[in-house]
Amino acid sequence: MSDIADRVKKIVVEHLGVEEEKVTENASFIDDLGADSLDTVELVMAFEEEFGIEIPDDAAETIQTFGDAVKFISEAS
Amino acid sequence: MGFTAFSIFGDGPGGVMPPGAAPLSPSQGAVYHFGKEMSGDKHMRRVVVTGLGMVSPLASGVEATWSKLLAGESGAGPITRFDAGRLATGYACEVPRGDGSNGTFNPDDFMEPKEQRKVDDFILYGMAAAQQAVEDSGWMPKDEEDRVRTGVMIGSGIGGLQSIADTAVLLHERGPRRVSPFFIPGALINLISGQVSIRYGFKGPNHAVVTACSTGAHAIGDAARLIQWGDADVMIAGGAESPISEIGIAGFNACKALSTGRGDDPTKASRPWDKDRDGFVMGEGAGVVVLEEYEHALARGAKIYGEVIGYGLSGDAHHITAPPPNHEGAERAMKAAVARAGIDAGEIDYVNAHGTSTMADTIELGAVERLVGDAAGKVTMSSTKSSTGHLLGAAGAIEAIFCILAMRDQVAPPTLNLDNPDAETKIDLAPNAKVEREIDVVLSNSFGFGGTNAALIMRRVKT
Repeated sequence: MSDIADRVKKIVVEHLGVEEEKVTENASFIDDLGADSLDTVELVMAFEEEFGIEIPDDAAETIQTFGDAVKFISEAS
Repeated sequence: MGFTAFSIFGDGPGGVMPPGAAPLSPSQGAVYHFGKEMSGDKHMRRVVVTGLGMVSPLASGVEATWSKLLAGESGAGPITRFDAGRLATGYACEVPRGDGSNGTFNPDDFMEPKEQRKVDDFILYGMAAAQQAVEDSGWMPKDEEDRVRTGVMIGSGIGGLQSIADTAVLLHERGPRRVSPFFIPGALINLISGQVSIRYGFKGPNHAVVTACSTGAHAIGDAARLIQWGDADVMIAGGAESPISEIGIAGFNACKALSTGRGDDPTKASRPWDKDRDGFVMGEGAGVVVLEEYEHALARGAKIYGEVIGYGLSGDAHHITAPPPNHEGAERAMKAAVARAGIDAGEIDYVNAHGTSTMADTIELGAVERLVGDAAGKVTMSSTKSSTGHLLGAAGAIEAIFCILAMRDQVAPPTLNLDNPDAETKIDLAPNAKVEREIDVVLSNSFGFGGTNAALIMRRVKT
């Protein structure tokens, strides 16, 4: 797994309080990992902080799964 | 006014304002007249206390706190939470955190770590005290009817002060995009009531009192009224506060309200009625009670700690932080509570004073002396703030609990550090030692900035 994926996974585990094994490629933050809409806002903020990027609101809305996040951040960094 | 109308209200939960019950005309002044007519009404729903919960500077837990209180322990010490080096006051009564053993407060026992991160400490304390109280009461709704008949009213004087301060700094330094989505719901005062309702499914009235240092007493009194009026059968009520932060201490220092001269021994700083007092000592924590309609409690075989029989409220209309010299506002609140209770003031055995360790202590003492009159020599009054410090919005709630335990165990907790009383009185102020005595009726006073006063009277239920 890439360095970016590891770092994203660490943030997701910390913020959502879920087990690492559950954070799979297609795991949806809301449907599978127990996040609500406020949690997803905070997650995106944490990604911005960790990777020094800005994720516009319309882009943030497309980040639904762990895989989406890794893909977006890989392309943006 | 036609109070026979209350019979329809006593027949069951209707939520309909009884004709003639309100409003009072201005000429009637206060609730006096109202209370006298109300007292002894056989149709009034009775409210009893069936659960207790507390996080205090002495301990997490009601019994752990109570035993330390009776033993004369102080919760005061140097501030450890942050560097207090810039402040005029470097000490406070902090909640002892730990792994949960020996009365320490372990947040993980009450909220998941990921949830703790999203709320200010006052919500954490409130949730913990609520959990203790609900578990103690044994009340858990079984169906939708039970859920909609159970409400929550847990307030706070200030709310998420630390969160607001931290977020303001963050906003200033990093800009608006760094503000957490949990900032607002983690700082709002009514979010203890909201969180408790969500955790337990309590769908009844959901409310939160904000009356500075009267908050806890007002919450219990108002919640009791909701039960009396039939809006709910069970209310989870109390107050919580977490003001021990640099901005909180700085703010109260600026008001000249805090003790500043006891850095050498903070346990001696809170000394109500003593000549050498120099301000209050900040505390933190939460107190929550479960209030329940009497028949409802009997029907489920609940443990009944006592009955809320009187509640009085008043405003000073005088000054933003100081009481008037005779504190007639406090006297009116107490008299209204006595009238509502349908007792003589002389029947009061124990008074838990507001007694913050400020100049206002002797003013309150005078008001209580006028209230009880010739019975002063039979009254014991203490200030437990001498031990816990001042928990602001939680104070009235933990002190109501101390009153209940005083009735249960027939012992009045002491006023610590009362070495040289500033006023002569026939009232026993329980200096430096608990007083074992008969206690059937208790009065708890709470007064807040803005000139807001609340008095609660409770009675032992003999079974």
